[in-house]
Formats: sequence, structure tokens, C-alpha cells
Amino acid sequence: MKDIFVLMEHRRGEMRDVSVEMLCGAAKLGGTVVAVLLGKDVDAFAEKAAGYADKVLYVNDPLFENYNSEAYQKALSALIKEHGPGLLLIGNTAQGVDLAPALAVELGASLVTDITALEMDGDKPKPTRTFYGGKLDAHFAMKDADLYILTVREATFTAEEPSKSGEIVKVDNPVTEDISYRKFVEYVEPEVGEVDITQSAMLVGVGRGIREDKNLPVVEELAQALGADLAASRAVVDAGWLPADRQVGISGKTVKPKLYLAVGISGAFQHVTGMKGSEVIVAINKDPDAPIFGIADYGIVDDLFKVVPKLTEKIKELKGA
Amino acid sequence: MKMVVCVKRVPDTAESEVHIDASGKDIDKSRLSFGINECDNYAVEEAIQIKERLGEGTVTVISLGDKDSDEVIRMALAKGGDEAIRLEDEAFKGGDGLAVAKALAAAIKGLEYDIVFTGALADDDGYGVVPAALGELLGVPHATYVKKVEILEPGKRAKVGRELEGGLLEFLEIDLPCVLGIQTGINEPRYASFKGIKQAAKKEIAIKSAADLGLDASEVGEAGSWAVLEQFTPPVVGEMAEILEGEPDETAAKLAAILKEKGLV
Repeated sequence: MKDIFVLMEHRRGEMRDVSVEMLCGAAKLGGTVVAVLLGKDVDAFAEKAAGYADKVLYVNDPLFENYNSEAYQKALSALIKEHGPGLLLIGNTAQGVDLAPALAVELGASLVTDITALEMDGDKPKPTRTFYGGKLDAHFAMKDADLYILTVREATFTAEEPSKSGEIVKVDNPVTEDISYRKFVEYVEPEVGEVDITQSAMLVGVGRGIREDKNLPVVEELAQALGADLAASRAVVDAGWLPADRQVGISGKTVKPKLYLAVGISGAFQHVTGMKGSEVIVAINKDPDAPIFGIADYGIVDDLFKVVPKLTEKIKELKGA
Repeated sequence: MKMVVCVKRVPDTAESEVHIDASGKDIDKSRLSFGINECDNYAVEEAIQIKERLGEGTVTVISLGDKDSDEVIRMALAKGGDEAIRLEDEAFKGGDGLAVAKALAAAIKGLEYDIVFTGALADDDGYGVVPAALGELLGVPHATYVKKVEILEPGKRAKVGRELEGGLLEFLEIDLPCVLGIQTGINEPRYASFKGIKQAAKKEIAIKSAADLGLDASEVGEAGSWAVLEQFTPPVVGEMAEILEGEPDETAAKLAAILKEKGLV
């Protein structure tokens, strides 16, 4: 079996969990696991990766201080041509999705993005990914290629304790071309609002089931009765009905309240990632197949506009008693 | 500036039940409503806003799909698009993100363009492949998950903000021409005016086949894909929620009692 390359992802001094998860997943496939680390003075990440990999290819160069898909593509392309791995795993992150398709086109590799499970048929991956916002699993057969590339969703593989001590091989930066046609400028932090929902004990999460902003009082009254703050799915924030600092999920906040009451939220992976650590999860949704019921403790399958006002009433009664 | 926007017609499944059909490789779409892919709607708006801001430019709308896609194309024209192309061929069927990107690239190569806008990902398949693959196929730089676009010098350079995890924005400068994958929430998509809809109804949509684009059937559709969907299955879920049964009055009372028991009320 040919080597397996795993791209280490890091940003501003932190390595993403998915990097270690992928190394652990790759170790179970058989074959030599090679961690590829591009960065500037990230020796600590090289040491960490070595605990999970048979070998670490470490390019230490100012070009990789901040992520740039052009720099990454050129470096990976050169390393792949030199070492000839059969499989490359990249995290399905904002970086990975910006990089993997272009790299696959350049190299004539076969790519499947955002995989959630993986089986192998000899050297050939048989990945599973989701469709329709997580409502279905889709099983794929990949076209024959010298290199297969997969972008891997967080938590597809489980991180384990380090058990290897791979050799760290320092490699000269293979990128010599000028790539100023795409240049990193800066990071800008999201705006901070009045309420920090990561500190809230109880949250009522509002999703696209609310339909219109004029319906918001329905959930505001419930939140008020409970003494909870309002949180939102991406759809509600995109529509401008609640501010961005209320957004829960991959591109929003990660919350762990005592109670998360999801109203009209289908439970796409992007949202669930941000709230699955909540102590008690309740979902109200009219679609019995909504993925949110797969992670909720309690569920009501019904029209939120019928149930929520009743629930508000009952909670007020209990509090008054 | 000459801009191209790629749009896709997709079923709206966010709040609908999804049923696998007899083939096991598709869903029963007979009871679903269809519309423009959400990110694409923002991409259309972004192109039109840039045209309005600069006071010049054209927006060409491209979609791969059958005649039903005319509906989303005409809506984009009604909002301010100038021209439209639809890519239709039996050979395009069953293609993944690569196959779609190849057809789009072949159509766009014949045009003058400064920016190609696409959605960052599709609501149905969620591949997220087209922006970066299209950039590579066209030989121009790309950026995806774009949530801010500022034109620094028309036809030359732009500054874009990419949305990363946690809502962090990564700003970069990029040479034009380029491909930008637009994320939802970048702007407030307008509604088409009645006048716009009437005008758009009269506009011609150029239809191009694989042969028109100089593509062989083996390069596109399922044959030209990285991977082929073999089977849909219901998702593997963990322990399902305890579903509270009854009329709204009863379910609300049961839930309130549970919350009280847990000390949450």
C-alpha cells in the first residue's frame, strides 16, 4: 500500500482537532502515515504530529505563516510528485475546501469532499458523505486514480492517545514562484454584541422554521418565560432577523448551556457542532426526520406555532405556582 | 467589469421530508418545491451590487440544467442580470462537482470576464467543489466562503474576506480575473421588481450542449466525475430523542413538566 499523507491544519498558534483525528483514522487503514506540516516556526506541532504519524514532513518557511491556498497547493503538489502517496486526507474546513478541489484538478486525483465515514477496497477509498443537509447518507465509488483525496468532516475519526514517534523530516520550501496574485492581508474578529451566548445557562435556538422576523415574538416570549437567551441558526442570522453574535455552529459560537431548546431548527451538522455539548437538548420541529431529533433528548414533532405558545403558557403557570 | 454568475436550481428540503426513490440513487422530488440554491442567490446579488456601485459592467447568468432551470435564470435576469446561458445535455446528467465545473469552465472560457461568482456550496449535494475547481480549470485564482468583496481596482484587483470557523474573517487580496465562491449572509438579496420580471421574460437564454462547448461526453456527467453515487441510505443516528406525543396542549405540558423535574424551570 502506498503512503497516506495527512495535512496538518493550524491557525494562529493552534492545531485543529481534525488533524489529529485524521492521523488516528489513517493509522487504521494500513500503510505508512505521513503528516505534512507547512508553517513558520511550528516545531511544537511537528512534535505533536510525530506522536501519531510514522513520519512528519515539515516545511518551515515564512510563506506558510498564514494559510494561503495557492502556497499550500504548490507545496503539496511538489511533495506529492516527489513522494507519490496514494491517499491524501485534508480537513473539510474553510481552508480544506479552498484547497482540495484545485489540487485535485491540478494533479488529476479523484476527490470526495466532506466525508463522514470511510471504508477501503484495497487501496481505494469508499467514502460516505451526507446529502440534503444531513437528511441522507450517500455512499460513493471513486474513479481509479493514482492519488485519492478526501476532505474529512470533524469527528469522523476519533482522536486517541499518541502511540508513535515518527521521524521529523525537515524539507526545504518547494515553492519558488511569486504568488502575490493571492496575498493574505489580515484576520478580522467577528463583532461582539450585548449578550455572550457562550455564557448563557439556557438558550432558545431559533431556526428557519420561524419563517419571518415578525414571528420572533413567539420565541422571545418563550425565552423570557424560561429566563433564557435567544440563539440562532445560520439561516436566521443571514436573513438579518437576529445579530451574528447569536449564531451557533461552525461559523458561529460553540455553546454548552444547561438547556438548549431548538425551535424550527433542522439540525444540519454545521449547527449541531456548536450545540451538541449542551446538557439537555429539546427540539420542536414539524419534520419527524429532522436530524436534530437524533441528538435531542426530548422532541416534539409538531408545528412550532401551535406548540411554543402553549409551552410558554405552561412554563409561566409553573413559575407562578 | 464583466461578471459571470453560476446558479443552480435545487429542491428545497430544509423543512421537508426526504424520501429515497426506487433507484436508491435519487430522491422522490414530486412533492418538493424548487428554487435557486441559497448561496447562489447571494452571489447574484453581489454581482448586481458591484455593477451598480461601479456604475458600469455586465452580469451573465449561467446555469447547468434542463428547461426547469429557466425559472431561476429569469429571476436572476429580473434582478439585474444582462445575459443568460443554460448548459443542457443528456451527457451532463449525474455529474459531481468536477463534472459541473468542467462544463461551466468550457462555457466561461469563451467569454470575457473579470469575476466569476458561484455559491460556496450547494444545498442539495453540499460538495463545495465548484469555486476552487473552476478557478483551477480556468487558470485563474479563486477564493471560497467569501463574505466580503471590495473592488480595489476594476478589472485588476479585489480584496475579499473569507469566512472561517467561529466567524473569523480572513482578508486577502486577489488579482482579477478570479473565481469567488460566495457564502450566505454577504448581502441582502433583493426581490425582483414587476418591471424586471416582465423584461426578463423577453430575454433570450442561449442553450449550449456539450458539443457546442467542445466537450466530449466522456469528460462530463457521471463519466467525467471524480466519484459516482452508488446508494442513498437513511443517516445513522445516535439514540433518538424521546418523542412526546399528543396534541400541542399535551406535549407542551409534558415538556414543561420534564423541564421542571430537571430543575430548569
